[in-house]
Amino acid sequence: MSNELDVRTCPITGKKVFKNAQNLIWINAVTAVVFILIGGIMAFTVAMTRWPAVHLLSADMFYRFLTAHGFNMLIFWIVFFEIAGLYFGSAVLLNSRLAAPRLAWFAYILMLVGAIIVDIMIFTGKATVMFTSYVPLKADPLYYVGVILFAVGALIGCAIFFGTLAVAKAEKTYEGSVPLVTFGLSAAAIIAVWTLACGAIIYIPTFLWSIGLIQNLDAAMYRLIFWGLGHASQQINVTAMVSVWYLLATLTVGAKPVNEKICRSAFVLYILFINLAPEHHLLTDPTLSPWHKMVNTSYMMYLAVLASMIHALAIPMTAEVAQRKKGYTKGMFEWLTKAPWNEPGFPAMIFSLILFGFIGGITGVTYGTEQLSIKSHNTWALTGHYHGTVVGGTTLAFMGLTYYVIPLIFRRNLIGKKWATAQVYIYAIGITLLTIGMGGAGTLGSPRRHWDVTFADAIIPFSFDPTVILFTTIAAIGGLIAVTGGAIYVGVSVLSVFFGRKLAPNEAKLL
Amino acid sequence: MSIMSPEKYWWKPADLQEKIWITIAMLWCLVLTIMMFGWHFFGTQNPSIEPLKITPENYRTVSEAFIAKYKVGEEAGIPIVAPPDGADVYLRAQMWNWTPILKLKKGVNYKFHISSVDLMHGFSLMPIVMNFQIVPGHDNILNMTPTSTGTFHILCNEFCGIGHHTMIGKIIVI
Repeated sequence: MSNELDVRTCPITGKKVFKNAQNLIWINAVTAVVFILIGGIMAFTVAMTRWPAVHLLSADMFYRFLTAHGFNMLIFWIVFFEIAGLYFGSAVLLNSRLAAPRLAWFAYILMLVGAIIVDIMIFTGKATVMFTSYVPLKADPLYYVGVILFAVGALIGCAIFFGTLAVAKAEKTYEGSVPLVTFGLSAAAIIAVWTLACGAIIYIPTFLWSIGLIQNLDAAMYRLIFWGLGHASQQINVTAMVSVWYLLATLTVGAKPVNEKICRSAFVLYILFINLAPEHHLLTDPTLSPWHKMVNTSYMMYLAVLASMIHALAIPMTAEVAQRKKGYTKGMFEWLTKAPWNEPGFPAMIFSLILFGFIGGITGVTYGTEQLSIKSHNTWALTGHYHGTVVGGTTLAFMGLTYYVIPLIFRRNLIGKKWATAQVYIYAIGITLLTIGMGGAGTLGSPRRHWDVTFADAIIPFSFDPTVILFTTIAAIGGLIAVTGGAIYVGVSVLSVFFGRKLAPNEAKLL
Repeated sequence: MSIMSPEKYWWKPADLQEKIWITIAMLWCLVLTIMMFGWHFFGTQNPSIEPLKITPENYRTVSEAFIAKYKVGEEAGIPIVAPPDGADVYLRAQMWNWTPILKLKKGVNYKFHISSVDLMHGFSLMPIVMNFQIVPGHDNILNMTPTSTGTFHILCNEFCGIGHHTMIGKIIVI
């Protein structure tokens, strides 16, 4: 690593890119893509099993693969990508070297080892406990060790992000305030520290319980603290995704935030209030008092919702202002119709915004009320909600960003720009159908995490209204389309990263 | 550019359009905040409001006593129980059934005690779709009055092991 302080100047943005940051961004992003590949294969098998017409897997394999799908997608794919994003947002955007690169490699190895242990435990059937691993459902102790290792690695990654901010400030590598994207990612990292702390608080005693050192672990207590990790990790995704929206708006149409004060204040609202939201998972539990529920579902949540509403205005606004400055001023919507729809980044940003807001956000806020939680709790509609937020929102935004990171940071020419663009549309259509199917079936009562919604083996006979099967079929077909889009994503990004033409040092080619 | 540092003084007043949007959003959030309390106090369908701890062993004992006292028959090996009007009703979640099958009367209020003696389960009453989390060690107390006659089914919608998808219970309202 003698050349780790090598530096180049980006011909597109003029930013200084240090070799040590570049390598770490590369390894974390590439690992993320490996995990989305695993999670995607699992997604295919799970969707094909839920579809009664196909019913692919046995019950044992289904629950195993469903656990793997959840963990690989929600945690491994997204967190590896976010760590890459944090290093990009701190080192690259601030023209700085990365603080403590050796420690960053150590963090990466911890995360990788943790992830591999978790996957081995799940695939060998020793941890068929779902993503939530609710106590007293017990997994192999090694499973909890894997999760803890991964979380510690991610926590170190966050520390390196903060360290890099400090280095950049001390070495005066930028002037004035940090860029908006870095600010947003800082909010995500702050939320991440809180989240990972919850993870430590709950997984360490659970590990001790699994090896027999602790006898009783209250199941309700586990649920409360687990969701401080389980849902709060999705709040990191929300915050990182909003930062990526601003980034994509800049990369695709050269947008500039209209009012920095408003955008940044909204991120502060996320930091202050979004972490209190996870308690809505407990609305139908027999533990919390009504006052607790009412306070939690009301102002705590709505101040975070307000932040999302602000971004919902600010993001399209920055794009519109930038487009109008370019002369697309005819009527109300010329700025939108003349936008770069034939590049992956712009449609990825718009579809991500729509899927997150209209499918994920609205369902989330509705299901999060005390009474409507009774109607939706643990149904497939819930699964539809977070496939809107995390898949349609976060994953789609991250996919769009990948195509720009390849030329910008990895200095490779993107192979198959048309495929990349088509992928975004295919994925968005797939996720739309998937979430509509899940939402419809779930509203009629179809349970989540269920091998057989035809109840063929049940002692007491029961069958759903045929509409449930219709919606399930829509979801499965949507899942198939989304998996196709995901496969194209993996194909294009892997081919480009390893076989794309190396860009010349001064070649200012983005896509 | 959101990837560049902003100008030195970026703390600027919001534009009129931004102010209008934020004000409307904030007012709507305020309305919904008030509604959260309204729905609870003026609505009639709330989740459990009486937290109570009970060990799985104790819960098994009381639910067995309840079954023995009011048992009227059996279906597929699961006892059918017809409790008297206004009685405390015990519905036990276990891998993988809901015990007992309940025979209730329309228009009569029952105090349900639902708990688990092993893992976490999910109470999902079909076809009206009402769902509650059933946590071992905790009693989910619900006041319920059947408002229509017929057969209702209870699914399990929390993963509880390999037989999760076979776990179905029944409530008959006459």
